[in-house]
Amino acid sequence: MGSIGQRKKRVDAYGKVTGEAKYTADLEPVNILHAKVVHSTIANGLVKSMDIDEAAKVPGVVKIVTCFDVPENYFPTAGHPWSVEPPHQDICDRLLLARRVHYYGDDIAAVIAEDEVAAARAARLIKVEYEEYEPIVTVPAALSEGATPLHPEVRKDNVIVHSHMTMGPKGFTYEDGLREAEEKYGRENIIVFEGDYNTPRISHCHIELPVSWAYVDTNGKVTVITSTQIPHIVRKSVAVALGLPMGKVRVIKPYIGGGFGNKQDVLYEPLNAYLSMQVGGRPVRLEISREETIVSTRTRHAIRGECKAVMTKDGTMLARELTAWANNGAYASHGHAICANCGTVFKDLYRDRLGTEVDCWTVYTSSPTAGAMRGYGIPQSAFITECLTDDLAELCGMDPCDFRIKNCMEDQFVDPGNGITFHSYGLIDSIKKGREFIGWDKKRALYKNQTGSVRRGIGMAIFCYKTGVHPISLETASARMVLNPDGSAQIFMGATEIGQGADTVFTQIAADVTGIAYDRLFIESTQDTDTSPFDTGAYASRQTYVSGMALKKCGKQLKERILGYAAYMLNTADTDIAKTEHAEKIREAKERIAKLCGLKEGDEIRPEMLELSESIICLILPKEKKGDAAGDRTDTTGKADAEGQEAAVDRTSGIGQADGATQTDTAGKADAAGQEAATVGAVGIDVNDVDYEVCGSENIDSQGLVKLFDSAIVAETAFYSLDRSEHITAEVTNQCKKNTFSSGCCFAEVEVDMKLGLVKILNMVDVHDSGRLINPAISEGQVHGGMSQSIGYALSEELLVDEKTGRVLNDNLLDFKIPTAMDTPDMDALFVELEDPTGPFGNKALGEPPAVPGAPALRNAVLNATGVHMDEIPMTSQKLIAKFKEAGLI
Amino acid sequence: MLEIISMRVNGKDVELAIDPRESLLDTLRRRLGLTSVKKGCEVGECGACTVLVEGEAIDSCIYLTVWAKGKSILTVEGLKSPTGELSPIQQAFIDEAAVQCGFCIPGIIMSAVEIVGAGRRYERDELRKLLSGHLCRCTGYEKIIDAVEKAVEAKLASQRAG
Repeated sequence: MGSIGQRKKRVDAYGKVTGEAKYTADLEPVNILHAKVVHSTIANGLVKSMDIDEAAKVPGVVKIVTCFDVPENYFPTAGHPWSVEPPHQDICDRLLLARRVHYYGDDIAAVIAEDEVAAARAARLIKVEYEEYEPIVTVPAALSEGATPLHPEVRKDNVIVHSHMTMGPKGFTYEDGLREAEEKYGRENIIVFEGDYNTPRISHCHIELPVSWAYVDTNGKVTVITSTQIPHIVRKSVAVALGLPMGKVRVIKPYIGGGFGNKQDVLYEPLNAYLSMQVGGRPVRLEISREETIVSTRTRHAIRGECKAVMTKDGTMLARELTAWANNGAYASHGHAICANCGTVFKDLYRDRLGTEVDCWTVYTSSPTAGAMRGYGIPQSAFITECLTDDLAELCGMDPCDFRIKNCMEDQFVDPGNGITFHSYGLIDSIKKGREFIGWDKKRALYKNQTGSVRRGIGMAIFCYKTGVHPISLETASARMVLNPDGSAQIFMGATEIGQGADTVFTQIAADVTGIAYDRLFIESTQDTDTSPFDTGAYASRQTYVSGMALKKCGKQLKERILGYAAYMLNTADTDIAKTEHAEKIREAKERIAKLCGLKEGDEIRPEMLELSESIICLILPKEKKGDAAGDRTDTTGKADAEGQEAAVDRTSGIGQADGATQTDTAGKADAAGQEAATVGAVGIDVNDVDYEVCGSENIDSQGLVKLFDSAIVAETAFYSLDRSEHITAEVTNQCKKNTFSSGCCFAEVEVDMKLGLVKILNMVDVHDSGRLINPAISEGQVHGGMSQSIGYALSEELLVDEKTGRVLNDNLLDFKIPTAMDTPDMDALFVELEDPTGPFGNKALGEPPAVPGAPALRNAVLNATGVHMDEIPMTSQKLIAKFKEAGLI
Repeated sequence: MLEIISMRVNGKDVELAIDPRESLLDTLRRRLGLTSVKKGCEVGECGACTVLVEGEAIDSCIYLTVWAKGKSILTVEGLKSPTGELSPIQQAFIDEAAVQCGFCIPGIIMSAVEIVGAGRRYERDELRKLLSGHLCRCTGYEKIIDAVEKAVEAKLASQRAG
């Protein structure tokens, strides 16, 4: 027990440092066929015909499939749980191969060959005749009068969705707010501001390419092994695309080399499955190259935010308006959800005293498709919102931290639209912690009135973030545990490990809840839709919250069954068990229990009297003195147990394991806390009550439990008993109908060389209000990675699309610049750890939030250094120099 | 036409028939089953396929197998001791929580083998430069630098002791 809160080593680290962890491409059979997708070389139009004769002659080509061959089954790709309510279902606007071309790089044919070279060569030889239309690459072009509807099958114009949201009185408009502000406060006492902020389209750049391979198995199931975050959702989309019943589709997800939301979309799995079926079910691999990944999978939406705000001169926000325009590109994917999400944080993060108005437009264009990417619209929202906030603070002459503290969302905030609540609130504490850590006040003073072309500045930004997707979508997850005959156990989750550390965190949860020792728990990392429990997958920041709760409930059931069998063994020590190998041990334990609890002949030992701790079956000592009447004891034991369930949550962070195998950096601290817990008596025991003569001091564990015997004895007997054979397993589904806000902030200190247009990061710290941490080492890693992504977002990453042709100009990792080790400074990850009452262990979202506040913090630091408002990221040298020139600084 | 070549891979002499056009990456993965060698871009941008050729870290995706004729190649599969113990570098990556999705890790570990093998101490910024040929999207490099730093220190300590 007590592995929650410890810096446990990752369960998958050994496999990953030895190269033994198998990713999708590492599992291919040797006789596999190779497929290559043919992409369109126009951005908008129709494929009129295709000549495949030359291509088919290339030695090694097995089959060529074109857009004229594929079934007419439109399918959705968003990694959302399917909605049983038709209006909320994902948009079905895609075919396996496109006759109607929607972007430069659309999938129009595929070649299957004996080797990659033949496939690539044949793909180049396919001649395509197009009917070409003018590319509609930008949002204004797509919305212009008379613009061709790009998806007439699902939308009459190019608006995928328009969401209108307000805060304040019903039907509030910003114009109302402005009028009221003037009337109430007087025109001379208010400040009115308008600003536009732009975020770029970027690529996820997971290092493992999207790769899959498919075959038809001996049961006639089409099986896809794929690098995905969402195996169960992939299964659904493959079935829809191919017109197959879901039971005929099997999806297997091995280790994956990063996803960041790109693989929270169904990518090439349906096509891959189809291709295998076209060659009699032979295994076919479809590896998408880096260039294809950047153009033809998904991107993060470029969102333009047009903002208006009115506040009092003393910095009280009165009303704000956001009109957000998201370029969704060629296909709907997740688009309808992401821009709206961007709008929710704009309105939730601050308290406009009169009201807030938000309009979010998601628009089809002839450009690469935008979908989910870490943060799901909130990195964009944070940039737009937090640039505006700093600009407002500057206008009213307030310190940006103070301005935020004065106006930001408060404890127990409830989003009036969806009921999502700030159940545990660490936003202001995060600001205070970061402010102090980075030396904000001193540095803000120091960096006033600088001259010269190299200047320093410090900036910050805050955010809030919803943990799961309830009530916008279904939240459901299952967990299964299976006991082995030696008392160890397997954990099966539908939730996926994608690098974030889910498998380790789940193992810690299982250890804590079941009492099985951490090193006797084995998590199955691979999800196989035929054998894994159902879960919608790795997205939002939901898994530890939703799937973790499923595992908590599952572990509790497993433990109850183990203890139930242990009680049976104790009660039948002289009968069923008498002939077994362990009879003597069980009899001894029974005698000890009888003495300690004052049991009389015939009194039953009930499972509630027992506990499993570090894989040892233990006795919970009743609180009152031994020898009390059995009847009284029944009540109090029951009560103690109920408290114990509560306490099982409360004591999770405190109790350390002092044994060598699990000792960590924090072991000393954790152990001290454990001692404390022992005296406090988390399960209602006072160690002073322990009768050491009967127990033997070596038999009292750190929680004051009396150790009886190893649970391996129970497990082995349960499997093989001739009297009562029982296979101990548990499986639980958790439907989560709660959701809670995480929050936090980033502080960044920069040095700007204005002549070179370079921003050097001197210090950067994130503070996260993510509830209790299950594993601080993994949490820090999540934060560092997100911060690094936000540095790229702020300074270097932008996918460039030619507005004339719709062609991507930088489809590779040399020209699309993500941070290297040299671009990423030492970063600090801090936390405000508050118990969230809705998380299974007081935890809430952490996965995505670190990617959120960094970019606006850096922009605001540049503002502080130079006085220049960089309202468009990335802040590349070109853009910086142009702005510095405009400002007369260089 | 295939060509027969011999080289030494992870301490073992191998003789194989290869296509003269094939990359060392493909040879190691497909013909020798050394799947620690990862493909992330195939054009020498990401560093996931890094292996050591004669002790020098190279991108195996842009290194023709024919160039490796008669040379000694080391991949992560060759780092464990004969009895299966991890190398101190591998252990440092585990201990410092430097591993997330793990896809870039075998390549980075191979560069770390080269760095640690130099037997000198580096500033963190020097390590950043030495590792800048590797892209990692998960970790922000923070704990990776920690791990390499720790492995360097362990090596220096063992040199002093030895």
